Amino acid sequence: MMTEQPKYKTSEEVDFVVVGSGAAGGIIAKELSEHGFRVVVLEQGPYLTEADFTHNEVKVLTEDLLTNHPKLQPTTFRKTPDEKAKKQRALVYGRLVGGTSVHFTANFWRFHEIDFVERSKIGPIAGTGLTDWPITYADLEPYYTKVEWEIGVSGLAGASPFDPPRSKPYPMPPLPVKGSGVIFEQAARKLGWHPFPAPMAILSQPRPGRSACMNCGFCLAFGCEVGAKSSSLATAVRMAEKTGRCEIRPNSYVHRIELDGNGKAAGAVYFDEKRNVHLQKAKAVVVCANGAETPRLLLLSANKQFPNGLANSSGLVGKYLMLNSGGISMGVFDEPLNDYKGFAVSRIFHDFYELDAQKVGFYGGGGMDARFDLTPIAFAMGSLPPGTPRWGKEYKAALARNFTRTMEIYGHGTSLPLETNSFSLDPDVKDAWGLPALRLTYKDHPDDIKLSNWLNARGMELLEAAGAKQKWSFPAQEQQFAVHLLGTCRMGNDAKTSVINSDHRTHDVKNLFLCDGSSLVTSGRGQPTMTIEALAFRAADRIRDLANRGEING
Amino acid sequence: MTIDLQRRDFLLRSFSGLTAVWVSAHWPALLSASSHGCRAAQSPASHKFEFFTADEAKEVDAIAARIIPTDETPGARDAGVVYFIDRALATFASDNQKDYREGLPKFQARTHELFPALSRFSEATPEQQDQILHTFDAAQQATDRPQILGAAQGFFDTLRLHTVTAFLLDPDTGGDPTGIGWKLIGRERQHAFQPPFGYYDKDYPGWQPPSGAADKTKS
Repeated sequence: MMTEQPKYKTSEEVDFVVVGSGAAGGIIAKELSEHGFRVVVLEQGPYLTEADFTHNEVKVLTEDLLTNHPKLQPTTFRKTPDEKAKKQRALVYGRLVGGTSVHFTANFWRFHEIDFVERSKIGPIAGTGLTDWPITYADLEPYYTKVEWEIGVSGLAGASPFDPPRSKPYPMPPLPVKGSGVIFEQAARKLGWHPFPAPMAILSQPRPGRSACMNCGFCLAFGCEVGAKSSSLATAVRMAEKTGRCEIRPNSYVHRIELDGNGKAAGAVYFDEKRNVHLQKAKAVVVCANGAETPRLLLLSANKQFPNGLANSSGLVGKYLMLNSGGISMGVFDEPLNDYKGFAVSRIFHDFYELDAQKVGFYGGGGMDARFDLTPIAFAMGSLPPGTPRWGKEYKAALARNFTRTMEIYGHGTSLPLETNSFSLDPDVKDAWGLPALRLTYKDHPDDIKLSNWLNARGMELLEAAGAKQKWSFPAQEQQFAVHLLGTCRMGNDAKTSVINSDHRTHDVKNLFLCDGSSLVTSGRGQPTMTIEALAFRAADRIRDLANRGEING
Repeated sequence: MTIDLQRRDFLLRSFSGLTAVWVSAHWPALLSASSHGCRAAQSPASHKFEFFTADEAKEVDAIAARIIPTDETPGARDAGVVYFIDRALATFASDNQKDYREGLPKFQARTHELFPALSRFSEATPEQQDQILHTFDAAQQATDRPQILGAAQGFFDTLRLHTVTAFLLDPDTGGDPTGIGWKLIGRERQHAFQPPFGYYDKDYPGWQPPSGAADKTKS
């Protein structure tokens, strides 16, 4: 039975307004409302449900049913700060209740201990902002466990010799192995590596109100019709609503955090669906709008006290963006894998999580996975072996032969934090509401490119060992399209070199908190959502404690 | 890691760079575009096109039929691709109309350039037709930005994308309801499966810990 949902007045000062309902925002809203606080979640996108999701590729991939819209929200790109940015599609994120967690792959690795202390372990890297986190893996471990149990992650504890310590096993067994997983596992073992069942935020067993995965084959980029993918929509948002204290307000585009006379956040200003402007008053504001929109919102909220952007006394809001490195190798096999059935990934390995820079000649590390994540049109437009004709009899024959026989190997790796890589406000281009558009500035560190190519070479080695009939890979290129949006309001103890402290409180504004990919200090090895969610559980605990001690507004 | 989505972005750019906003409000039109295509394919003589003239339709159909030809198995023509595209251009893909209306004459000019005796692609033999289409290959391989390569190239690339889309869109959520495309590529039509999925996982013995798993080999 649906709990009656509260409707707060904008003039009513609620305890928390949460901006964004994705991986972090959903969990913050759930936790704070479960702790007894009154919460309003402002989500720029619509409130879609399972019934609205479809396997229609045109609607999802080209009409942007679930994602930010290039016409309404144009973006610009440049490689370096001295260039003028040009208009191009520069990023994708989920723009709906549940955010990017609705359409993601659901690869759900924990970060390892090294990710939090790498700077101490390997020393400084000139020209980069590589630094330790103010928290450690041990601080986050209980919250990783919480994500696995409360949100729903399938996997096999102890299956990887490289796994960090854990306090509990997974709540449910791994998903079934796919053909790509079997091929990957056998070949990797042949090469002396240690493949294991992929931890996935997809249910292998049903939970109340949610089905186990039906293996439909429309996973990455699509919403799950049966609630098997552990998105915030299928999990945290519904738990928050169950409290009767949390209002999810969709189609609410926050574009300003308002300060009161004392320099504290008074609430969030947003456009509703009809573009009327409202101020939702709140005792405190938690921004979870993602690693692009969170810094943008702070920059849009510049005022007399903060002329360079709210909570930006460090000047680092939007900077140290990390997109993760990596690459793809593809192979075609003799017999049908039918890897389109199921979810994307069933086997991974972490043997290269920490590479020895002395040996390989560059900084970095990564993980690798076996997958097939291509829906039919996407496959036909760009996933046949290089040199295959693009039309005609041979093209048709290649489609007929390869769709069921192709698999991919993905490498996922580190990105070094560079101050020049950023999201900022474009000085010229405006969105459909007249607000400055997001401008992406990005040029990969040379080590990130070397790592990507190194991982691709391992993928090719694996495909060779597996006896692939055809195999190919693409040399790494400098990125100009952002998916993982990390590091743009980094966490730290020093207000001069970070934006938030380890409680996720901004150094500059006492009752303003940030939690999402922007909080990350390092990039991990490419699968950030699990860590974003663990941070959100932890942040909610810290915020609750501060509130209960009267330290947020006191 | 962005490459999966960069590749997806290829699809995005193909549509949004060359063509229209496929506005979600027009979604029901897509559904009707497909059933329209199916009905029409069964009775081409009596079909009334909404955007194409009968001549244009004949040419588009002829080109689509070389992109995914009919051989031992059905192709684009059998899937009623031209009817799907016509309906799409009249409704949710109306921003693409210009690509077709202005691009097709340029495309025909190339036909005439190559084979001065011909003014229409549809009059050419299949071998001649393939020769004409091969003139678009080099440019396509050289760059991923077909829109700068002139109207004929842009038209061909758009038509190729639309042909593939009409042929392979999920037959149960808007694509060709006969499911010819999915059948060709071996994509079973249902949306729920049980393992084993294919050849390589059918005899999988279940997860076995590797021998010597405690040995943390590092590279």
